[in-house]
Amino acid sequence: MRKQTKNNLITFGGTAVLCVLMAVLSGLGVLDNKTNGLLVPIGIYIILAISLNLTVGILGELSLGHAGFMCIGAFVSGTFSLVFQETIQPVWLRFALAMILGGVMAAVFGILIGIPALRLRGDYLAIVTLGFGEIMKSLAMNIYLTADKNGLHFGFTVPPENIDDETKRELLKGPIGMAAPQDTNFWIVLIVLLICLAVLMLFIDSKSGRACMAVRDNYIAAQSVGINVTKYRIMAFVLSAAVAGIAGGLYSHSISLLTARKFDYNLSILILVFVVLGGLGSLRGSIIATIILYALPELFLREAGNLRMLLYAIVLIAMMLWTNAPFCIRLRERIGASAPMQKLKGFLKKDKSAGGAA
Amino acid sequence: MSLLEIENIEVYYGAINAIKGISFNVEEGEIIALIGANGAGKTTTLHTITGLISAKRGSIKLGGRDITKTPAHKIVSLGMAHVPEGRRVFAQLSVYENLMLGAYTRKDKAEIAESLERVYERFPRLKERRSQSAGTLSGGEQQMLAIGRALMSKPSIILMDEPSMGLSPLYVSEIFDIIGEINKSGTTVLLVEQNAKKALSIANRAYVLETGKIALSGDARELMDNEQVKKAYLGE
Repeated sequence: MRKQTKNNLITFGGTAVLCVLMAVLSGLGVLDNKTNGLLVPIGIYIILAISLNLTVGILGELSLGHAGFMCIGAFVSGTFSLVFQETIQPVWLRFALAMILGGVMAAVFGILIGIPALRLRGDYLAIVTLGFGEIMKSLAMNIYLTADKNGLHFGFTVPPENIDDETKRELLKGPIGMAAPQDTNFWIVLIVLLICLAVLMLFIDSKSGRACMAVRDNYIAAQSVGINVTKYRIMAFVLSAAVAGIAGGLYSHSISLLTARKFDYNLSILILVFVVLGGLGSLRGSIIATIILYALPELFLREAGNLRMLLYAIVLIAMMLWTNAPFCIRLRERIGASAPMQKLKGFLKKDKSAGGAA
Repeated sequence: MSLLEIENIEVYYGAINAIKGISFNVEEGEIIALIGANGAGKTTTLHTITGLISAKRGSIKLGGRDITKTPAHKIVSLGMAHVPEGRRVFAQLSVYENLMLGAYTRKDKAEIAESLERVYERFPRLKERRSQSAGTLSGGEQQMLAIGRALMSKPSIILMDEPSMGLSPLYVSEIFDIIGEINKSGTTVLLVEQNAKKALSIANRAYVLETGKIALSGDARELMDNEQVKKAYLGE
């Protein structure tokens, strides 16, 4: 078996086992309330982190507006679900359509941004996505949508007028937000997460994925072997945006009140932190980093009260030093070369070769 | 009909006129050297031919076909390969993946495997290191990889930009031997070099570039004996 395929299978299998284990534990009622409440958001953040890793790690382009794509997915799918809540049955079909629509709309915006920004070289994508995220947030905060027997009414910065009061249903109320039906549960997040993970893995391991990495490693050489640079950059960026849109759809159906304020610059940076600390280009790293960095402040640092964010920052700095500082790299090498570690390595190797023979 | 015909191209970087009307031609089976000092426009000329930069005026013909406006990524499938300056390999991909990307525009798997075998034959070092990531190779090995990658597209003409740059003298000789072998096996070579002595020693003909114009041209041996060339480029 190829090394890459094996690696992918380990990541996919590990994630699947972990997810199912958590779902079963949660179903048996073993987990406390706090841990239970973390499962769905962690799953959603993992989807966001692996999708951003495609742009930042595989394509090598900095995107600072991933929350913007999530925002589009969240509001588009939420609106769809509210509008068709009565008409499309069963629920799973309506929910699936809502998420697909959210992903497609995010992809459309990905194309609109990607076509001008990805034709240029340099930091333009970072600048454009930074602005894009803020624009999407502000836009969603100022839209009012109300449904009545005559159909949908739209208002920008002010609530729409001439509404039939008896059949009135306010779908989106500007800064107050939207209350989409709460259809998301951990099993659904688990399935969507595994599908997204499989799609991203297959893409990265395909000819297109290797073309993207070639563009990342060397722009001129990629062109010189015949790769259409712009095409692959847009392809990867749009796929990344679509997956973020789907994650947004899961998110909007998982909370009681969806507000646009949530999708700010800090959220984009938070996802970027998961990706960078997990390792650029490594999906497995993104998954592990998301679990640790999301659960850590919620589960273990709660008691620390005001010191929570300070401790979180220290953990981040320590992780950065551990992976990048020359001193720590030397230290890691020395530990790796020490006698007990060598013995362990030799033991593992022997074990593996024995397994291979059998 | 020449394999490659460059006619009166002019290239601008903004307002700066980098190439001021260059014409030359490359016949099938030749090694042609473009020599000149830093900033003479050698790399710009190559980039214009491969479509990385567009010419403001003039025309470029490959095998009689006008490629002046053809984008860079489409030129490879027309039979022209480019070994970019400064050993531009895909550092994080393996040697094998680098080579396979060289065959990116080709479809026939059996033929690709055959080309790969040939490249491994020519560069045994690459075969030894095929699963190593390209960034960990030495400078000379990276240059071999860049050349091997270009050969994977099965080109009729190969454009090389400063293949000897930054290499130890031992590797420089090896790389020039390889260029000679590649040419003997039927591939036309257009070579851009600062190392004029080496370039003239293997080339059939050469063009001397000076500030965006062709200052001298002719048979490589004759240019080697030219007083002007000796003084300016050969350091004699």
